Amino acid sequence: MFYREAGQFKTTYAADSALFPILQDKIGIVLILFVAFILVPLTASDFAIDSILTPILVFSLAAIGLNLLTGYTGLLSLGTGGFMGVGAYACYKLATFFPGINIVVLIICSGFFAAAAGILFGLPSLRIKGFYLSVATLASQFFLSWCFIRIPWLYNYNVSASIEVPTRTLFGVPVTGPTATPATRYIVVLAIVSIMTWLASNLIRGRIGRTWMAVRDMDIAAELIGIKLYQTKLLAFAVSSFYCGVAGAMLVFLWLGNAESESFNINQSFLILFMVIIGGLGSLLGSFLGAALIWGLPIVLRTVPGFFNLSIKAATVEHITFMTLGALIILFLIAEPNGLARLWQIGKQKLRVWPFPY
Amino acid sequence: MRAPSGPEIAVGDVLLSVENVSLSFGGVKAVTDVSFDIRKGEIRAIIGPNGAGKTSMLNVINGFYHPQQGRITFKGKARGHMRPYDAAYGGIARTFQNVALFRGMTALDNVMTGRSLKMRRGFLWQLLRHGPALAEEVEHRHRVEEIIDFLKIQDIRRVPVGRLPYGLQKRVELGRALAMEPELLLLDEPMAGMNIEEKEDMSRFILDVNDYYGTTIALIEHDMGVVMDLSDRVVVLDHGIKIADGTPDDVKKDQAVIDAYLGVAH
Ligand SMILES: Nc1ncnc2c1ncn2[C@@H]1O[C@H](COP(=O)(O)OP(=O)(O)OP(=O)(O)O)[C@@H](O)[C@H]1O
Ligand SMILES: [Mg+2]
Repeated sequence: MFYREAGQFKTTYAADSALFPILQDKIGIVLILFVAFILVPLTASDFAIDSILTPILVFSLAAIGLNLLTGYTGLLSLGTGGFMGVGAYACYKLATFFPGINIVVLIICSGFFAAAAGILFGLPSLRIKGFYLSVATLASQFFLSWCFIRIPWLYNYNVSASIEVPTRTLFGVPVTGPTATPATRYIVVLAIVSIMTWLASNLIRGRIGRTWMAVRDMDIAAELIGIKLYQTKLLAFAVSSFYCGVAGAMLVFLWLGNAESESFNINQSFLILFMVIIGGLGSLLGSFLGAALIWGLPIVLRTVPGFFNLSIKAATVEHITFMTLGALIILFLIAEPNGLARLWQIGKQKLRVWPFPY
Repeated sequence: MRAPSGPEIAVGDVLLSVENVSLSFGGVKAVTDVSFDIRKGEIRAIIGPNGAGKTSMLNVINGFYHPQQGRITFKGKARGHMRPYDAAYGGIARTFQNVALFRGMTALDNVMTGRSLKMRRGFLWQLLRHGPALAEEVEHRHRVEEIIDFLKIQDIRRVPVGRLPYGLQKRVELGRALAMEPELLLLDEPMAGMNIEEKEDMSRFILDVNDYYGTTIALIEHDMGVVMDLSDRVVVLDHGIKIADGTPDDVKKDQAVIDAYLGVAH
């Protein structure tokens, strides 16, 4: 009734392929951006921002990165954590070498280092596929983890072996380091994630996105219609790792404030992979939904019992979280491989024909 | 329709010639010492019993298999070692015996991918999807919509092709090949598994493509009725060997062909 395109005719192909073709969607996205950019920083508590919203945004960006590679191009990677780490350590070194350059610029630049690593470790994809490629990315994950621990130069020889984020400002306001407020950091993260999501959606809707999906669905046919496999796959690795790298840099500089090599180990890779699977392979929206669900679930489990004056031990919460997540992943793999994003679509479709489904 | 490069060949001249091509897989001889040519503007049928080497022949022509012996000349140039995308750039498109569509993509996107090699705007423009990049996208969309209209698949544009019935999938696959605006179109059993009506539709499309766009077509088909109606010349393979070559009428009367199809022992 309220959500339908009745009477909204698309008169040009440009309008037809627009990001939000239906008016209600356009209004929706403006509302979401208004809430996210203005209402949230003004009203939400520091706790809500720093332990819920900022991490969800950071993980969403990493999930988008992995989704471009795995969901859109069909190359399963287990090296996400490693590529995030390359971004984080690159940003740290850049901040050390170029203290005068704006930190936001450095965060974006660190994506290029991750992209280079992605291309390098993506090279095996030219010869091997499927399971064997995943194993190769797993090897790259272990190699990168090893580097983060064993190369003290990367963390400026700190005795704690961790990255300590220096204070940096943007327009005179501190955005990184201990003095930056959660709301400021949140807004910077939100801006970066919004812009990069828009750019990713542009890529996906155009020639490059189609060549990625063509390679995913049938690489032989793709090559026969003139798509060069090596270019396509390496571009996917580069763009994907760029996104993961920026997410990694944001994770350290705009969220945690410090980090050790554990933040970028194999567990991180699996966490992001689960977000993509639950959210929906091949969906940008799904990347957000997956990140929100996986990050939000333990928080809900921790806080909801409190409302009913129940007290559950932290360890129990952790166990329940693991079990629920495991069950969800299996459930989604079996019942809805296209994840939450598909459920959302089905819901929208129902709404479109409501109240007369036939 | 024009190929991106190479000299112009007049209608009726040899567009592609296959000379003494042999291809084997380990011990299996798929094609043995086969020679024939395809002239510009014609519909050339390749027929033969199962396992005769027809698909292998197409795979050699578009660079997917590399023959151990023989030579292939396309538009007057002998071809060296090449990758399948070189054939695509050279103006050769094909469809597959078992539909090879991009199953997760819509019919529209499948046909649009056929335009990939004609799209020039680089990564940065694609990232912005504004100005020249959007203009290019729209321009190619127009061409693709023409093809979609031509093949009468307007109402399934938005459907992921994996959900379409087989007959329509074959049509979308033809659309994707046409979107490449090929000079030579290779069709591997475009009517396999279709009912009479679907076959008639597909025959019409093939004739129209040949008529309107002047596209040269090499066609593998089992249905002899279709072959006789559509093709200008027929080459017959059996056990990888060429046993006849000529007009449909000549071939039909050829004793070797009759024997091959009736299964006379060799
Ligand atoms: N990739 C391959 N590896 C090994 N043998 C192959 C391969 N491709 C084809 N062959 C063999 O080559 C021979 C010719 O096969 P081909 O597919 O070209 O026949 P066809 O004429 O297309 O038959 P059909 O009418 O069944 O499609 C067969 O004996 C087949 O088993
Ligand atoms: Mg065959």
